[in-house]
Amino acid sequence: MRRVVVTGLGMVSPLGGDVETSWKNIIASKSGAATITRFDPTDYKCRIACEVKPKDHEYGYDASFDVDHKIQRQVDLFIVFGISAASQALRDAGLDNMSEEERLRAGCSIGSGIGGLPGIESESLVLANKGPSRVSPHFVHGRLINLISGQVSIKYGLMGPNHAVVTACSTGAHSIGDAARMIAMDDADVMLAGGAESAICPIGIAGFAQARALSTNFNDTPEKASRPYDVNRDGFVMGEGAGVVVLEEYEHAKKRGAKIYAEVLGYGLSGDAYHVTAPHPEGSGAFRSMQMALKKSGLALEDIDYVNAHGTSTPLGDELELGAVRRLFGDQIGAMSMSSTKSAIGHLLGGAGAVESIFCILAMRDGIVPPTLNLDEPSESCKGVDLVPHVAKERKVRAVLNNSFGFGGTNASLIMKAI
Amino acid sequence: MSETADRVKKIVVEHLGVEAEKVTEDASFIDDLGADSLDIVELVMAFEEEFGVEIPDDAAEKIATVKDAIDYIDSKQ
Repeated sequence: MRRVVVTGLGMVSPLGGDVETSWKNIIASKSGAATITRFDPTDYKCRIACEVKPKDHEYGYDASFDVDHKIQRQVDLFIVFGISAASQALRDAGLDNMSEEERLRAGCSIGSGIGGLPGIESESLVLANKGPSRVSPHFVHGRLINLISGQVSIKYGLMGPNHAVVTACSTGAHSIGDAARMIAMDDADVMLAGGAESAICPIGIAGFAQARALSTNFNDTPEKASRPYDVNRDGFVMGEGAGVVVLEEYEHAKKRGAKIYAEVLGYGLSGDAYHVTAPHPEGSGAFRSMQMALKKSGLALEDIDYVNAHGTSTPLGDELELGAVRRLFGDQIGAMSMSSTKSAIGHLLGGAGAVESIFCILAMRDGIVPPTLNLDEPSESCKGVDLVPHVAKERKVRAVLNNSFGFGGTNASLIMKAI
Repeated sequence: MSETADRVKKIVVEHLGVEAEKVTEDASFIDDLGADSLDIVELVMAFEEEFGVEIPDDAAEKIATVKDAIDYIDSKQ
């Protein structure tokens, strides 16, 4: 089987418009949570989110750098974030100017959990208030989930596989795993892979709040709301942004002298077959997903130094994931560190798995694991697990495991190792 | 430049994200300003909103340049 490595990283997050700014802020224990500014949240049960900050903010994002004004007007924000992250990743890999021959073997697998919800909401109001003749001609292709892959392939002339995963909050991890397999199976030499989300709009916040998924007890102290594993956690905080990596066949990367961040060694995926929103009560889907990734990776448990948990800060989900991790690691549980970066940037839904995979890679590069913020009082089940409370921790990180679980009972796990 | 021309030009700049200097009366939406057929549909909708006129599809299809748009709108007002 052809080996697959990561050679480029790109990110837009609530803590920065690029990878290094986001990472610096994550390591500095900053929080991206604040009162919602996109709309007036006064009447909502949940009034907070981790929004990507405007460009004049200390760690804001400037869409204009990589996305034409016209495209910004026509498409939903998740696509704009995705184009930016993909552009950054291609530049980081030194592949933003490939020959036609190379571009025939380069593709995209960038998905989203929900897609253009804000635009669907606003155009529905146009339809209701002004009639069908006022609906934008860009409505459909400005909202479709596969249109990050579409837009990026057009911008950079990438003629290989053009794919988009939609598996709710597992999207980012599945995108990377699926794209790695496309390279392993010789469908492409280079793949841009990841996920993006931007669903911080009235119907998005109201919908998730009605599903009892969002934190509602910390509206006055937003930075305290995302608190995975803490006894007072009460739901997730919605985030937004995008993460995209460049995956490349190992020999292809070596031949051109590319900087290699990590090798994608293991990919596991499973279904809970249990409930649309609640995880399996024994965490069996999560366990099987991690187990499959580990088996495929050929690594031993003791090789894994860091687990970036799904850890959304929901009462049930955190507990069950921890149980599944404990079952997998057994005696080794005390040797590794596990944290949830959702404590800092919220839950990026379809973007989460990709952004978190990038944090995993940077943890290996820099020998530092990011913290779990707000873990003031760990719940009983956390005993004996290093959840990296409050502050980042320096340690050797040789291999990493990243978990993502989504509505519908869909699970994905990725294992990567530094080369 | 007429008042109609000023308002048309402003809409074109905003929708197509092009420099104001490029939006001359002779400029073709597709050949000179980088628009595609859907951008023109959107522009026509914006003209209809701005000027309170209705531009039927057969008339819209004949609007190729900035001047075509200005002339059509002026003829309906």
